[in-house]
Amino acid sequence: MSSADSTGGSPNSPGSPSTAEFTRFRGTDSYLTNDSLESAVNCAVVLERPLLVKGEPGTGKTLLAEAIAEALEMPLLRWHVKSTTRAQDGLYVYDTVQRLYDSRFGDGDVGDIRRYIKKGPLGQAFESERRAVLLIDEVDKADLEFPNDLLHELDRMRFRVDETGDEVVARHRPVVVITSNNEKELPDAFLRRCVFHFIDFPEEALMRRIVAVHHPDLDEHLADQAMRVFYEIRAMRRLRKRPSTSELIDWIAVLKRSGVRDVKLDSGLPFLGTLLKKEQDMVALADQLAGGARYRS
Amino acid sequence: MFVGFLYALRERGLSVGAQEAVNLARALEAGLHDSSLEGFYDVAKALLVHRESELDDFDQAFLKHFKGIEVESQKLKDELLDWLKEAKERTRELTEEERALLERYDLDELKRLFDERMNEQQERHDRGNKWIGTGGSSPFGHGGAKREGIRVGGAGGNRSAIQVAGARRYKGYRDDVALDVRQMAVALRKLRALTREGYPDELDLEGTIDETARNAGELEIVVRPPRRPNTRVILLMDVGGSMDPYAHLVSRLFTAAKKATHFKELRCYYFHNCVYGKIYEDPQFRRPVKVRDLLADCGPHYKLIVVGDALMAPYELLQAGGALDLDEDNGIEGIVWLMSLEDHFQRACWLNPEPERYWHGNTIEYVGQVFEMFPLTLEGLGRAARFLAKGTKRKR
Repeated sequence: MSSADSTGGSPNSPGSPSTAEFTRFRGTDSYLTNDSLESAVNCAVVLERPLLVKGEPGTGKTLLAEAIAEALEMPLLRWHVKSTTRAQDGLYVYDTVQRLYDSRFGDGDVGDIRRYIKKGPLGQAFESERRAVLLIDEVDKADLEFPNDLLHELDRMRFRVDETGDEVVARHRPVVVITSNNEKELPDAFLRRCVFHFIDFPEEALMRRIVAVHHPDLDEHLADQAMRVFYEIRAMRRLRKRPSTSELIDWIAVLKRSGVRDVKLDSGLPFLGTLLKKEQDMVALADQLAGGARYRS
Repeated sequence: MFVGFLYALRERGLSVGAQEAVNLARALEAGLHDSSLEGFYDVAKALLVHRESELDDFDQAFLKHFKGIEVESQKLKDELLDWLKEAKERTRELTEEERALLERYDLDELKRLFDERMNEQQERHDRGNKWIGTGGSSPFGHGGAKREGIRVGGAGGNRSAIQVAGARRYKGYRDDVALDVRQMAVALRKLRALTREGYPDELDLEGTIDETARNAGELEIVVRPPRRPNTRVILLMDVGGSMDPYAHLVSRLFTAAKKATHFKELRCYYFHNCVYGKIYEDPQFRRPVKVRDLLADCGPHYKLIVVGDALMAPYELLQAGGALDLDEDNGIEGIVWLMSLEDHFQRACWLNPEPERYWHGNTIEYVGQVFEMFPLTLEGLGRAARFLAKGTKRKR
């Protein structure tokens, strides 16, 4: 698939072949999407801009990159950002210690610096034979200036290896998917270069389909009840961390395994630990339930 | 018309410029919007909105701008019919399913249906609820996805753009605060001072090369401790009373300071009105700390930032026993407490949310003679941070 053809060149008269070559992202069998998300992904693919995905934890931000890679049949490269990650790490790392070591013990050709330049995920994506999907996961974990340091590389899709003077230019501009949990606000200049999508929490109908994808043989009755309890818990205002899609799927998996047939929202709710992860949320829920019981009696 | 929409967004404070316009044009040229308003809504949202706090503004602007657009629907119709005509002539290129679909709808029949739908919409328009989901409704919805063939069994629940925009689902994400917190955090970064201390576990490349050369090529690894932040900050905030109007501003500063990872230590204390011997660890004034203890505990290398309006009755500042709370009467004037605080630290400043033009002829002027005072604005914060970052005692 050639990306240059899909954007440049002749104006798009109806039926012109220029977009036919471009495979649209429509989600996968296990990753359900909506029009808005598909549209954002396709914009990012066609315009060759990074796609910035935000949303509640557990709504499938990271999985989106996998789904794109699967649907468009591209290799996936992951770059998990940590608080100590520097932008440089994504491009390449010059392994000086190995080179010094080799010079001491005479293993290999020390004169060839290129042997000691190791490409980071971004560098690998640029060099990939096929167009790749690059996931930059949790970009907000890094330093405040991290996104700014990547501006040029993501814009021009090229960088220079200072040690050798080599210019690494992307053969195919990768589809870059960036996720953020909103821990830090991202700089304006960075935001302007991205296609933005905010993943909404799925509505009940979509959630039902998502659950059906993950648990195809789920008993109708249990599904109904689990969904109801789940949305009731989510509706509680006092929870710090509300359970999301991934928690629901885990929870149903445990319920299925243990052969539970009926669940309802009371103090004996089974496997609550898969839904609520914070001690204070457990307490809050117990409070609420006890309060409700008192109120009813 | 799109340009008008972009300006409508700009009016609402979205940073939409030439870059976004070009992107949008490219996306439309590539046919990503499927020639439908719904598609356009999704594409425009992805390209013109940069953060979730802008989603609500976008929806509102979209609603206002595209509600009751007739020109566009006419154009859409023409485009659609053109395509259908063309498609009929090019049936060889279509798949079996597509052909079947096309045959189900006679062109004239389709045209009639479309016109009917249009008229229907005209009526709805009169009731102020126009342009609902043409592209999404069944025969036209299929035609809408013209680029890559006809969408068969297209996903249900295609709500029209106007409906979606009208629902204003992103109201809760409106958060005009976040941007300022980031800007404040950036301003506070000027306070960063890094020193090397602790366990040496970082390779000193320069040092290693020097030592190896000195060692006649025998490898000599030199390590050093990594750079760590070494700024200790005390944030002392006035809460309640005349500070209430500025509470949001102070809380932003507090958030920015808390989030800042470049402080070795950040202590936050609260006081009311003026400092009289005691400050508090919590804004509810339940856990008091004696100022003398604080001074004994924190050396002069701490940076003191006082946030307050410094507005009070003159006797509250200048008379012994001026404290509102009689418990705090310890025979020392408020201003003396302030002086001793300022005197103790090498660098101390006062951030005042009151506009600078009100800084004369009241207690602000007195406090301003004790503390270096900066306005609590982004610019003032930047100046204050630069002032604090200088290590030595200032001369006044």
